[in-house]
Amino acid sequence: MSEQAVLTGEHFMTGDEAAAEGGLAAGCRFFGGYPITPATEVTEVMAKRLPGVGGVFIQMEDEMASMNTLLGAAWGGMKSMTSTSGPGFSLMMENLGLGIITETPCVLVNVQRGGPSTGLPTLVGQQDMMQAKWGSHGDYEIIALAPSSPQEAFDFTIHAFNFSEQYRLPVLLMMDESVGHMFEKVVIPKAEDIKLVPRRITKDKPADYLPFKPDDDLVPPMIEFGEGYRVHITGLTHDEKGYPVINAEAQQPLVRRLCEKITKNADKIYMYDERELDDAEVVVISYGITARIAQQVVNECRAEGKKVGHLRLITCWPFPEPIVRKLADRIKGFVVPEINLGQMSLEVERVAGRGIPTICVPNAGGEVHNPEDIHAVIREVLK
Amino acid sequence: MSTAPAKAAPVERKELHHPKDTMLREDRLPHIWCPTCGIGTAVSCFVEALRETNIPEEKVAVVSGIGCTGRVAGYVNLDSFHTTHGRAIPFATGLALAKPDMKVVVFSGDGDLVAIGGNHIINAARRNMNITVICINNFIYGMTGGQCASTTPQIAKTSTTPTGNTDYPFNVPYLMDACGATYIARWTVLHIRRLKKAMGEALNKKGFSFIEVIAPCATLYARRNRLGTGFDLMKFYHDNSEIQHGADTKMVDIGFQEKIICGKFVDIDKPTFLERYRGETNGGGK
Ligand code: SF4
Repeated sequence: MSEQAVLTGEHFMTGDEAAAEGGLAAGCRFFGGYPITPATEVTEVMAKRLPGVGGVFIQMEDEMASMNTLLGAAWGGMKSMTSTSGPGFSLMMENLGLGIITETPCVLVNVQRGGPSTGLPTLVGQQDMMQAKWGSHGDYEIIALAPSSPQEAFDFTIHAFNFSEQYRLPVLLMMDESVGHMFEKVVIPKAEDIKLVPRRITKDKPADYLPFKPDDDLVPPMIEFGEGYRVHITGLTHDEKGYPVINAEAQQPLVRRLCEKITKNADKIYMYDERELDDAEVVVISYGITARIAQQVVNECRAEGKKVGHLRLITCWPFPEPIVRKLADRIKGFVVPEINLGQMSLEVERVAGRGIPTICVPNAGGEVHNPEDIHAVIREVLK
Repeated sequence: MSTAPAKAAPVERKELHHPKDTMLREDRLPHIWCPTCGIGTAVSCFVEALRETNIPEEKVAVVSGIGCTGRVAGYVNLDSFHTTHGRAIPFATGLALAKPDMKVVVFSGDGDLVAIGGNHIINAARRNMNITVICINNFIYGMTGGQCASTTPQIAKTSTTPTGNTDYPFNVPYLMDACGATYIARWTVLHIRRLKKAMGEALNKKGFSFIEVIAPCATLYARRNRLGTGFDLMKFYHDNSEIQHGADTKMVDIGFQEKIICGKFVDIDKPTFLERYRGETNGGGK
């Protein structure tokens, strides 16, 4: 344990490296991973750094194993993390669901590339946004954050860990290849200035402890294996004791609570960036790398006197419905550029309703948007 | 003439407990296993073996996958985790690395460990992960109703090989040997004394220890193949098991209703993943 976990100071690093450093700064001491472009650098930084800070890195045999090993480490009391991209993200869906139903905190970084299938290993995509929400079977709610810069890759990885501990679930950092491979300045604060949410360990004695009895905010306190609690944790539908109960009476309250612990606390989770929304007639909604191009377009529009605003999503899930609904009541339309053929735009459309147009600026991946394509749609809506 | 009914003398009720009650979750019994299923016998051997080691119970975790054997985690009164199908070993890996002071035991079936979880078991053995794996091999998928497994002997009938299995089955001890497991034994559930001893040895072993337990599934395997009852299968084990300690694992494959070679095949010592990772031994590290 000879090295610094928090590299306080100014650095020049990629989004991938920053996500790894963010994890270390958040107290992550376990990384189970499998190499995949364009996320390999997260894995490599963790392989290099973890032994020096008393942590463990293990390269697993596939992504199903990676995801599962995080859950094991988390129940062993560690903060755990992995990284992947599209094909590996698909394999992780199985045990993402296990993490959801067993309420296991951990963080999964997805550096998105173009798909489907092997697609574009080295080139950008934002095509896993709906998979993040719906990719594992069954009903669930998730928290997913999208960074637009290496600095945010660092900051949001810390947020991701905090959310995972606060609400006890796997949290997704939905990065993209462009941010993952972009070199920029990253400022790492002093360790004591980084706010960390500790694990919600129960105060109950083993005899009184019910592993799935929630607190008032619908989140149950946790324990660590090996401390005498003798818990049973299962991926089956279970009661508050954690015991399998295979009937509708157990299923209904469990699945509802798993969803409601996010939806009912959503106001405390939503994160977004509002730019020039006050008088906006058209609002661009974007996230990740696309937000940087969108902001340039919005600046150009403003210079031309056009009333265009920008809502940058940070939490894509839960989707910040209230702000979108509020805007929908008074603007002419939404423009949603994203590096897919329309994913988050469906969510905008769902919330905005049919009263105003929501127009996606689609891009099948491999490159970021041409600003002019976004501009053209804005002109169309303003007409 | 009727009088008030005489007050019945209070009956002295002796509370009945399972003989292994502290180690089993009594509030979950009765279990789901069929009469004469071999899984319960293996669990009995396990709890007795564990009790005879010096390992504190709170420092033991049992991890299972999915299937009839996958339910073991739910019955032992220890920290226990019931993972997805095939994934008990990676969960155990994460837990064992986070809690090196714990003994992490994977208790699961042949389908779970060797078919869908095959990639995990071979890599965990290769790494010499510090876990004990108890694999109940009943030659069939029980929970889903008796389908062919990667351990089903040739000729045997299952619901997905109605005219008899044409595939070659795994010789599991040979597979584990090739992957570098440090302890490999095979016993049937008839050999309760020897099985218990092997479990004790495996629990006390540092590194990746593996026990294959041949167990009857009367409901599906025996019935489909007209092998009689669970009792008949036990009788078959009695008449056809041969103990060969140190046998060449290459030679211990199991044919349909053929000889079952049992014994301790491998017992070696080498540094675990974590010892090598922490640079505590030769052979890698920082
Ligand atoms: S189906 Fe077979 S393996 Fe499953 S509980 Fe019944 S006898 Fe045991």
